[in-house]
Amino acid sequence: MTSEPGRRVRITHPRTDAARRAPARSASREIEEQTRLGEVYMGALIRSQRRLAVIMCTTIAVVLVGTALLGAATSRFGSLRMWGVPLPWLVLGLLVYPVLIGLAAYTVRHAERNERAFTELVRRR
Amino acid sequence: MNHSAAITAVTLVGLATTVAGTFGLRRARTTSDFYVAARSVPPRRNAAAIGGEYLSAASYLGIAGLILAYGYDVLWYPVCYTAGYLVLLALAAAPLRRSGAYTLADFAEIRLGSVLVRRCASVLVVLIGWLYLVPQLQGAGLTLTTQTGAPPWLGGLIVCAVVLAAVAVGGMRSITFAQAMQFWLKYLALLVPALVLLAVWQHRGDGTAPGYPSAPERTVVTVSAQTLVRVPVGETLQVSGHVDGKPVDGPTMLARGEHRMGAGSTVTLERGDIVPVITSLPSERNESWLRPLGSGKGHPLYASLSLIIAICLGTMGLPHVLVRFYTNPDGRDTRRTTLGVIVLLSLFYLLPTLFGAFGRRYAPDLLLSGNTDATVLVLPERMIGGEAGVLLGALVTAGAFAAFLSTASGLTVSVAGVLSQDVARAGRDVQRAHRIRSFRLSAVATVAVPYLLSLPSEHLGLAALVGLAFAVAAATFCPLLMLGIWWSRLTDIGALAGLLAGGLLAIAAVLTTVIGGAVRGWPGALLEQPGAWVVPIAFTVMIVVSLATPGRVRADTGRVMVRLHAPEELAAELRVLDRSSH
Repeated sequence: MTSEPGRRVRITHPRTDAARRAPARSASREIEEQTRLGEVYMGALIRSQRRLAVIMCTTIAVVLVGTALLGAATSRFGSLRMWGVPLPWLVLGLLVYPVLIGLAAYTVRHAERNERAFTELVRRR
Repeated sequence: MNHSAAITAVTLVGLATTVAGTFGLRRARTTSDFYVAARSVPPRRNAAAIGGEYLSAASYLGIAGLILAYGYDVLWYPVCYTAGYLVLLALAAAPLRRSGAYTLADFAEIRLGSVLVRRCASVLVVLIGWLYLVPQLQGAGLTLTTQTGAPPWLGGLIVCAVVLAAVAVGGMRSITFAQAMQFWLKYLALLVPALVLLAVWQHRGDGTAPGYPSAPERTVVTVSAQTLVRVPVGETLQVSGHVDGKPVDGPTMLARGEHRMGAGSTVTLERGDIVPVITSLPSERNESWLRPLGSGKGHPLYASLSLIIAICLGTMGLPHVLVRFYTNPDGRDTRRTTLGVIVLLSLFYLLPTLFGAFGRRYAPDLLLSGNTDATVLVLPERMIGGEAGVLLGALVTAGAFAAFLSTASGLTVSVAGVLSQDVARAGRDVQRAHRIRSFRLSAVATVAVPYLLSLPSEHLGLAALVGLAFAVAAATFCPLLMLGIWWSRLTDIGALAGLLAGGLLAIAAVLTTVIGGAVRGWPGALLEQPGAWVVPIAFTVMIVVSLATPGRVRADTGRVMVRLHAPEELAAELRVLDRSSH
């Protein structure tokens, strides 16, 4: 080392230099140009949204078909009363609606969360 | 009955709608404004507008009438109308908005790149729209006849005229404002009487009477056409007219069973008389009416499950539902607007149930005339009487007309848009003035056909007709949307095959039910509620044919998927998304 005292010397391997010189491809570019990496990105988002959709639809089906089958299976369900109103009417005429609203709010929140995570992932590069 | 209040109410609603419609005239200068309100409608107003447009004659009048006749099982209608929006939210709301399509036919072309599929979709949009419009116009005719004694064809004609005036003048933008106002009008028009009726009912302390429905007070029913009725329990009633071919005037002994009432006969029901029921409706005891599966229809569990499938899956395929989304600025807003719609619908659908239950107690004579769709209109005067009853009745009438107007407007804009663009070929490469003229002509065609179809007096009941429109939508556009948005291997031939299979089967079932009349047993149940078998068939055909034609998958399917699913924030960076598509 023939440096003068106090002078800073940069030491890197030639390969690192070469790698750094190549332009970084952003994730957006990958997606836009439909490269395989882009497809991986989009596929991940679509899969997570699809999973949310499937869970939602299954829940709706269970709630609705379940109530229908409950009415069919037991006659006790039909004869119970609450606050003077028959229970089946209370369920299907009133209580089901807050359930639907709750499921809707859940869907909105999680769909947006999926998209936010995806945006951060893409922007990070 | 005081008719002037009702006439005033109807006139006011018609005027208010036209005025509200012309508010949009100043700004509706481009064709885009015409179709999509220039995408600048604030989300809360949009939610109210969607709610207003969605609450049609079926929701307003039909449900209460059906509950009066059939009981608990009818509650599935309003629940599924709301749940259908939830399914739409979960599966299609944001991607559809991002696709940039105005109509379902547009979506078909954007996703698959096939003009043939687009044409097929256009035809289906028009058919579904017509199927949905007929009950609106019938409801208008019924309302006007019940409340003012006007001839039946007049109500539908008034609705057509007001709709054409508002739509032709300002298109989508003008009706958005009107529809938002109409939601609140409709809601209040039912809420206020409902609360009053609730208070009256509490005050009277009447529970549900056991046994067969009986008249709560002296009621005179006129049978307009020759009717077959079922008398559940042998009794003596005051009849003047013809019974079983023999002329009668005075106390007539009617044995248990069926009897034929001559046209123009009047039946005077005294307090406590059991009501004879027209044979097309069930004559169940109240205990059965209260219970699940107690509606008196054949195969009630199948009917309920099939109904759930048809309505929940069919909502996304209704023409006026989807077009409304494109007034949102982006996909995320669309989801939130849909959540708002679900809240508003939930608030509304609590009310028809109340009316139906009260109707069973206080207006059971509607079972004799078969005119159950008039339950909501008739109850305020029955339960309250006097000036207050008349005023509340007028309020309800106003709400009913608002219901027909808003739904008919939304349907007319979307169907006329498709007719004009795809059938009359006045698309984007045609001069603007010509396009608008074509749109207006299409609007006339859009209302004329259902109006003519609505005139024959025999009708199926408003909610049932609407349910059939849902079944066709569920069998055609639901598979197209679900597979188009979430499955990259859908091909144009697969889509076409699925649309044809689902469409033809569903329409055949609809026509058989409407024209053929009641069929007994399993075939009847399957045809009346075709959802459970038509929808799976349509899905299967679409999937199998797509898998069998893998070469037809578009090369740039990936690009389309990006457009549908990528979040809005990335749009600037992803040049694939065409933000300026108009």
